[in-house]
Amino acid sequence: MLLRDFGHGDILLLIYATRWTIALSLIAFAGGGLFGFAFTILRILPIRLLNYLSSAYIQIIQGTPLLLQLFVVFFGLAILGWDVSAWTAAAVALIAYTSAFLAEIWRGCIQAIPKPQWEASSSLGLGIFQLLWYVIMPQAIKISIPPTVGFLVQVIKGTALTSVIGFVELTRTAQLINNVTLEPFAVYSVIAVIYFSLCFPLTSLSRRLERRLNVSSAN
Amino acid sequence: MEYEFHFEVVFRNSGMLLEGAWLTIQLSFAATVLGLLVGILGALCKTSGIKPLDWIASAYVEIIRNTPFLVQIFFIFFGLPSLGIRMSPLQAALVALTANLGAYATEIIRAGIEAIHRGQIEAGLSLGLSRLQVFRYVVLFPALKTVYPALSSQFILLMLGTSVVSQISAEELTHIANFLHSRTFRNFEIYFVVLLMYLAMSTMFRALFHVTYLYAFGRKR
Amino acid sequence: MSLVQIEKVYKKFGDLQVLEDISLNVEEGQQIAIIGRSGSGKSTLLRCINGLEPINQGNIHVDGDLVNGQKTNLKLLRQKVGIVFQSYNLFPHLTVERNITLAPTVVKKFALADARALAHEVLRQVGLEDKIDSYPDQLSGGQQQRVAIARSLAMQPKVMLFDEITSALDPELIGEVLKVLEYLAQQGMTMILVTHEMGFAQRVADRVVFMHEGRIWESGPPEQLFASPETPELDSFIRAIL
Ligand SMILES: Nc1ncnc2c1ncn2[C@@H]1O[C@H](COP(=O)(O)OP(=O)(O)O)[C@@H](O)[C@H]1O
Ligand SMILES: [Mg+2]
Repeated sequence: MLLRDFGHGDILLLIYATRWTIALSLIAFAGGGLFGFAFTILRILPIRLLNYLSSAYIQIIQGTPLLLQLFVVFFGLAILGWDVSAWTAAAVALIAYTSAFLAEIWRGCIQAIPKPQWEASSSLGLGIFQLLWYVIMPQAIKISIPPTVGFLVQVIKGTALTSVIGFVELTRTAQLINNVTLEPFAVYSVIAVIYFSLCFPLTSLSRRLERRLNVSSAN
Repeated sequence: MEYEFHFEVVFRNSGMLLEGAWLTIQLSFAATVLGLLVGILGALCKTSGIKPLDWIASAYVEIIRNTPFLVQIFFIFFGLPSLGIRMSPLQAALVALTANLGAYATEIIRAGIEAIHRGQIEAGLSLGLSRLQVFRYVVLFPALKTVYPALSSQFILLMLGTSVVSQISAEELTHIANFLHSRTFRNFEIYFVVLLMYLAMSTMFRALFHVTYLYAFGRKR
Repeated sequence: MSLVQIEKVYKKFGDLQVLEDISLNVEEGQQIAIIGRSGSGKSTLLRCINGLEPINQGNIHVDGDLVNGQKTNLKLLRQKVGIVFQSYNLFPHLTVERNITLAPTVVKKFALADARALAHEVLRQVGLEDKIDSYPDQLSGGQQQRVAIARSLAMQPKVMLFDEITSALDPELIGEVLKVLEYLAQQGMTMILVTHEMGFAQRVADRVVFMHEGRIWESGPPEQLFASPETPELDSFIRAIL
């Protein structure tokens, strides 16, 4: 393999690769949000077995490394006879990962709604779904936004691990460029800056929203 | 297509896996102890009221929190040698893990310090206690009680995060798994069992921390 | 020399003049009530007396010791000055007994057994001996405030400062705390208390001080001050309260 210098072209390549990082993050977030919502509901419905299954799932995901989840999904899907690309395995694993964390965050938000709100509305004769839809959700969604935005940062950072199973996103592209330029300091500095400029705005947005929420609830 | 599972391959190598797990635990504890020291220092900087110290600590926290751990470890292990800073995989792993825990601990400890009501400190001073005595008898225990749950979940996250240092060949549990994978090709079985090992470790430590919390901060009567 | 001697004290927070030309003497065994609108500097004055706030000008002496000196040992001084705040500030992680014995054992190096005997004694004075093993959050507001008083008493101070200690309490709990204060006054404890309880001030205080805009606006025996205020400010303050 020919060695070359790390130059403008490489920086463009990295910026170009960033769209895969962003695409994967968005898919993980959308899919994770959908399933996460389902798990949240399963955890708060008054059906023991569903509560139990849902919380077991969350504990398993939160109790194991994302890297290992990627491996197990990647090799596990192959065993099931599906010929999966790194892209599919990455998406599936990240959706599973994101859904568990979002479910846990959202459950916390729902349980943060004071007891009297629940009692007042069930004494009005609302059923569980009406209660959730009309009374609890509108309040819970408001307080769930800052931590949800904050978690998006974890998802973006998590996508870097998919490079290990061969998905060519930002980190993998950096490794490939590093292999031909042998300038790890420059290459990894550049992608650190790219990740930072994706994540930091979200981090500070989350913090600002959080502060605004605290101010409005203090009044 | 029928797949035949061969878990016996994994169990034949259980000795190696246990050694890897032991290194994972050691690495986690070492990074936690060092990271806590960094966190205390960072929190002091952020609450000192001295602007430059606050800025340095904030920049450190934000850089760590807004970049992937994998990139940090590549930067430390592959990038820093161009500045003449050369480390073994294990040293680089320890540095990266410590820097990570330190950043999160800075925020947690700062919140713990700020949660202590000013009136508590003044009450202590008014009784004639010195500043050091106020810290020791009035501030320390409630502050530890506030930060303990957050710090113990941070420990679990750190332990799970150690799997990433396999990528620079630090020989912890995930690296052992990668090694066995390349030798036996029973990839699913290996990773599945190793996943369960992590689950067992995190469950065990979570329970341990919970019991410790009850013992240390619960009321005795 | 008076037990507490305050001479021409000035204090600023930034540009805000909070205390202006304050002079006040308190003799041993006297009880002084400070009244005045919110923001008039009452709390700040008390906090200056035990050195929680530094002053910009003037002198404060307690029991002959200069509070605002360069070399003042604040630790020693504060053992002579007890203070009780509006928010009780009990230490939540310690039992009532340990709240009380902490300072005697740590600061005065009492043996634990002696400190415990002392805790019993001061709790008897505030009528809460049976709560000795409770934690603060198991007590009502009135009880917590009485424990806070007992905690201060255990340091055997020469003078006690009370800063609106009944303001945060439910009305039905105020009486039990005032009773403790009256008892201490009868025992001859020197006290400076900021209060909005005018009836109580009239019964207990030797002298009432009315503060307004950081100054001592008017002062004198309670009967005289309440019956015939000399300034329109005090007049309107009394009307507003009654
Ligand atoms: N730590 C402080 N920093 C700045 N201003 C303060 C501080 N403490 C009190 N003040 C101001 O000083 C004035 C007097 O306050 P204070 O002594 O608490 O009054 P009072 O107890 O009579 O209500 C008020 O205007 C208050 O806002
Ligand atoms: Mg006040």
